[in-house]
Amino acid sequence: MSPHWSTDPGVWIAAALTMFIFSFLYKDNPFYKFAEHLFVGVSAGYWIILNFWTVIVPNLWTPLVNGFAGRGTVAANVGPLNVSQGDYRVLWVIPMILGVMLFVRLLPKGGWISRWPLAVILGVYAGIKTTGFAQGDFVAQVQASLQPLWTGQFGSSLNAVIFTVGLVTSLFFFYFSLEHKGGLGIASKIGMAFLMVGFGAGYGYTVMSRVSLLIGRFQFLLGDWIGLR
Amino acid sequence: MTLLDRLAHIDRRWIFLAMGILVLIPLLFPLALPIFAGKPVRDFNAAMETIPAGSTVLMPCDYDPGAIPELVPMTKTALRQLWDKNCKVVIPVLWPGGPGLVDRVVREVAAEPRYASKRYGVDWVNLGYKAGNEAVMVLMGQGVANAFPTDFRGTPTRGMPIMAKVRDYSSFPMLVNISAGYPGTKEWVQQVQARFHIPMVAGVTAVSAPEFYPYLQSKQLLGLLGGMAGAAEYEKIRNEKGTATSGMDAQSLAHLFVALCIVLGNVVMRRRVGGSAS
Repeated sequence: MSPHWSTDPGVWIAAALTMFIFSFLYKDNPFYKFAEHLFVGVSAGYWIILNFWTVIVPNLWTPLVNGFAGRGTVAANVGPLNVSQGDYRVLWVIPMILGVMLFVRLLPKGGWISRWPLAVILGVYAGIKTTGFAQGDFVAQVQASLQPLWTGQFGSSLNAVIFTVGLVTSLFFFYFSLEHKGGLGIASKIGMAFLMVGFGAGYGYTVMSRVSLLIGRFQFLLGDWIGLR
Repeated sequence: MTLLDRLAHIDRRWIFLAMGILVLIPLLFPLALPIFAGKPVRDFNAAMETIPAGSTVLMPCDYDPGAIPELVPMTKTALRQLWDKNCKVVIPVLWPGGPGLVDRVVREVAAEPRYASKRYGVDWVNLGYKAGNEAVMVLMGQGVANAFPTDFRGTPTRGMPIMAKVRDYSSFPMLVNISAGYPGTKEWVQQVQARFHIPMVAGVTAVSAPEFYPYLQSKQLLGLLGGMAGAAEYEKIRNEKGTATSGMDAQSLAHLFVALCIVLGNVVMRRRVGGSAS
């Protein structure tokens, strides 16, 4: 196993920045701070440029220019009010105005104007999220929870019983209108045990995710940079 | 000072060092610990096998460089499975940091000799990033080309051969989502699977995997790959030896070490609490 160091300057820069970030494990230091600030700056710059060229230009600017030039489905039509029937691209001036209204917030006076587009955004998202949750989570999950306890097979029946006991007792754990003693106390304790198993599984998965990041960086250093693998 | 007292006051940097060594050694000298594919992973593979050969599949890749170790192996294996069936792949990205990375990953697979015939715009397209999260998903339901008039590099999508038969979600026999968080699998289930009833499978990061198991139970997801372990199991089923498989030895040792630390921490704390009480 002999090293074959990378000849790519980009890989060397990435390796150095990885080392800078790892140095925080020893203690806070200027190398770590440099890498951290560089990451934030590059991310912000990348995000702004990406949004401009992949969102604003193709989805707002180009349709508006075409709309005002009358370049609809019928080439003979010229001018914003002569776009062919069914071509509503000039109407995209409305979201453009709403977008500009958002930036009024930066002026010393008239900040209230930005509340109008914010109201539209909040309203649209509340509608989309509510419908999606009701269809995708609430109804579908309640439906899936109502399952027969005896399926004809021992294994799947046992699974269904454990699932139902876990579901019901976990719900009892979150029932606070009565003191948790007697039957309710026992049920809530069983529910707590199920919840603990759930939290434990969640913690195990979280550890796996974080360790995966470390493995990924080591794979990069050993493979792409040093060439040991 | 007893051993337990020493453990109670150990500098955390020793723990970081031990973790680093435990991850490094198996990467240099693989232990080849066995990998067993679980039911969610087998179901994922089986669902992918039901996709008709030659059809066009929607495969949103919603992640950025932070999820490379877990999600890139899944993306590559899923892509190989689809291309082995001559399927065409349409890839939107709803994470701003993702399009460039996803483009590189897909091109790496396309560069493999057995996929030499695969052409951009014919066999796959990277639609790129679009802001709007759930709103984009809803918009795609009214037309994929409406939501993505141009691809990642600014080429109009309407003229591409792969988009000739793509209208909306009804054009796809399966939705294969690889996701690192929001927006991702949860939103695709809520906005697309539930509304348009399109069969769906998902590959997700380990940290988000537990919240998707209810979707498996309700059959909203037909299969699930959870984290690096899910990716390694999928590679095993597909007879591949990718980066997820090679990382699982390190993953297993790291988990053992974390478990040992938790047990030792509890023992030390119990002894200290017991000691102070007496």
